[in-house]
Amino acid sequence: MNGILLLEQSLNGLQFGLMLFLLAAGLTLVFGIMDMINLAHGSLYMVGAYCIASVAAVTGSFWMGLVGGVIAAAAFGILLEVSILRRLYARDHLSQVLGTFAILLMCNETVRLIWGAQPITLNPPETLSGPVELLPGLMYPAYRLFIIGVGLLVALFLYVLITRTRIGMQVRAGAANRKMAMAMGSHVQGLFTAVFGVGAALCAVAGGMLGPLLAVQVGMGESILILAFVVIVIGGIGSIRGAFLGALLVGFVDTAGRTLVPMVFDSLLSPEAASNAGPAVASILIYLLMAAVLFFKPRGLFPTHG
Amino acid sequence: MTAPLLFVEGLTKSFGGLVALDQTCLAVQTGEIHALIGPNGAGKTTLIHHISGAMQADAGRVVLDGQDVTQLPLDQRARLGLVRSYQVTSVFPHLSVQDNLALAILATDGGGFRFWRAASSERTRYHQADAMAERIGLADFRMQAAGALSHGAQRQLEVGLVLSAKPKLMLLDEPMAGMGPDESTRMEDLLQSLRSTTTILLVEHDMDAVFRLADTISVLVSGRVVATGNAAQIKNDAMVQRAYLGDA
Amino acid sequence: MAKTSALKSLDHALKWRWSSFVLLALVALPDIANACGEAFYIAFATRVLIFALAATSLNLILGFGGMVSFGHAAYLGVGAYTVAVLAQMGVADAWVVWPVAMLVAGLFAWLIGSISLRTQGVYFIMITLAFAQMIYYLVVSFKTYGGDDGMPLLSRSRIGFLDTSVDTYFYYVTLAVCVTTFLLIARVLNARFGHVLQAIRDNETRMQSLGYPVFRYKLCAFVLSGTLAGLAGALLANQSGFVSPAMMQWSQSGMLMMMVILGGVGHLYGGVWGAIVFLLLEETLSHFTVHWQLGFGALLLAVVLLVPNGVTSVLNHVRKEPSA
Repeated sequence: MNGILLLEQSLNGLQFGLMLFLLAAGLTLVFGIMDMINLAHGSLYMVGAYCIASVAAVTGSFWMGLVGGVIAAAAFGILLEVSILRRLYARDHLSQVLGTFAILLMCNETVRLIWGAQPITLNPPETLSGPVELLPGLMYPAYRLFIIGVGLLVALFLYVLITRTRIGMQVRAGAANRKMAMAMGSHVQGLFTAVFGVGAALCAVAGGMLGPLLAVQVGMGESILILAFVVIVIGGIGSIRGAFLGALLVGFVDTAGRTLVPMVFDSLLSPEAASNAGPAVASILIYLLMAAVLFFKPRGLFPTHG
Repeated sequence: MTAPLLFVEGLTKSFGGLVALDQTCLAVQTGEIHALIGPNGAGKTTLIHHISGAMQADAGRVVLDGQDVTQLPLDQRARLGLVRSYQVTSVFPHLSVQDNLALAILATDGGGFRFWRAASSERTRYHQADAMAERIGLADFRMQAAGALSHGAQRQLEVGLVLSAKPKLMLLDEPMAGMGPDESTRMEDLLQSLRSTTTILLVEHDMDAVFRLADTISVLVSGRVVATGNAAQIKNDAMVQRAYLGDA
Repeated sequence: MAKTSALKSLDHALKWRWSSFVLLALVALPDIANACGEAFYIAFATRVLIFALAATSLNLILGFGGMVSFGHAAYLGVGAYTVAVLAQMGVADAWVVWPVAMLVAGLFAWLIGSISLRTQGVYFIMITLAFAQMIYYLVVSFKTYGGDDGMPLLSRSRIGFLDTSVDTYFYYVTLAVCVTTFLLIARVLNARFGHVLQAIRDNETRMQSLGYPVFRYKLCAFVLSGTLAGLAGALLANQSGFVSPAMMQWSQSGMLMMMVILGGVGHLYGGVWGAIVFLLLEETLSHFTVHWQLGFGALLLAVVLLVPNGVTSVLNHVRKEPSA
């Protein structure tokens, strides 16, 4: 087992996990506080990526794109919340699934209308496009290190926001017991909108970060949305701490699984069996993880008492 | 001295640092109406949850009719004859009173794994439901939605559901909760009519009703049964008076 | 303060007058379609019937059992693949292949249900989704059966001397199968099992405390639902002549849920109406514009916000108006 490879895969896992956290944080708060299943969360990620890519293309600067795109996406998220989504808070989960799925379809199609069906390019900034030598023999892309940095920074920011500010306190109270928080004077409507806006901004950041690595295309939100749901179920719905740990766990298992499992299978099974079984097991690894977690802790690792 | 129908021994349960049940012991004889009283927070509902099987204790035993049921889940204890009612009414609000009772009767009438014959065509069960409605004083409301009944009538329906499941032991959690004087009297009459045909363990706050109804009274304070006896004994027990009127 | 509750029945009427009329129209459909020169609609109607069956099988657990399964498409896919794989092995007799498809789907449902039904609420939704994804990825990895691209069905399942490759004949076979299955489902819902299932949906704790082994009932319903979805999948494989992992994607499960919600959760004809409305909308809208999903999404959203109980509630409302 190559130590360098292991380190590289760990860093990849950390990077992916942190980005998943950005998505999961918004999702778990919306679910925990507003008790709403939001299938359109992935659409916020997609819209964010597209906005960032567009602004970057127009201004020629990745950084401008990032700032402009995040603002645009947050605004879009708030608009969505105020106009449509707040009507779904009081409804049952089934109606929320249908309603947000409808929004998902509309977002996909609107993006296709505006930007076309082909993926668009988002290039990483020039300064970060080369590799960095972390250890002798380990070259790691500077951009990925940057993502890790951004991810950790955002996580720290959220931690401070949630645990050390009044707003954060209200958010935690709302996640733990919505009715009580409302009874105690939390300005609920405004809080909900703010939570949603922050969630949308986080999605946009993740979209912008991952855009250069994965493709910026219609439907990019769906596959990562499922992962985000798996993360918050593992972590416990409503818990930021759970989302963080869950995201790292899923990030590591998924990334490592995709490289390590086929390697293990190749050395144990016949080539044909390995080429069939390897990718299959790698893909289902995180679902097995979720099933295992739920078996021992049916409400996730850090259940809040929503 | 015959063996009690229900025997609870050394039941202990803690929630984090809070001790809810502390070596609780209780014995209910067949055919009696046994009341469980105690100040708020004594653990009465928790005890009911443990006897019915909704919760598992940290230690102790629950024995029903000679059989240790401590490890058995809620539905299995119910099949053995231990049926409970809830403090917050738990019926089927969108179904008629008749349908409610028919469902409860079906539980012990061969169960529901039949897939062909229309259930509504089994009129015997619906006649039994009507008879039960009569017995609990809801004959006039047979075809009304349970959710449309008055609070007191719903509580009566709740008792009716428990009865329909042909219980050996009825566990009633505050059957008179939230009732006005007329409704309470009706419920009391209903429970009186059940005397000696069914065994009842009930939790209740209405002291007058308790003293009228109960053959035996157990007093629960801070998770422990501190006194057991008949109405006269309990009324005159100094410790009980202190628990209710003194500094808890 | 007593809350007024609408009185509902545990029984679900087949409404013979209306449904006989619809049935007659369905029987006459191929002749009408051919007369109008629109033979395409026979294949389309076949598809609608298949999804009506699939949606009704989902409604059984979702609407009548209160179990929100987000992985129902997996059972359709399993049924479809069973037919395709058997066809590749040379076994194509419908009397053999379709029951086998149902059995395999039912087996999966039994395995998945045994684990999933131990969870509640959103966790149940997620774990059913997860299991469906697992099956999806498993199938994608089977290169021998086409992997990501899927594989064609060599020929339609044979039924005696009936030439099922003719669309009209296959339509009638599908109609017969779907109608029979639907009648059976209606039968089950009005039997003891259906009553108990609905009562469990309405108040699970009360049913437990009355002594009903609730888990067993839910699992039984889950397996029944999966089995019927497997049958729908077998029919779907025949109708499209093709199976692919895309049949089992979670978006497909989402579509099935849409149908049930659109048509009326917990109403006997909910799945039927949902499939009709959904597929008709999809068909007509896609003629107008390639961006039909936008209008489709908007319509769905409107339905959610304005008509909470789906099409069936609208129909009930409309029928009540004159006599009110």
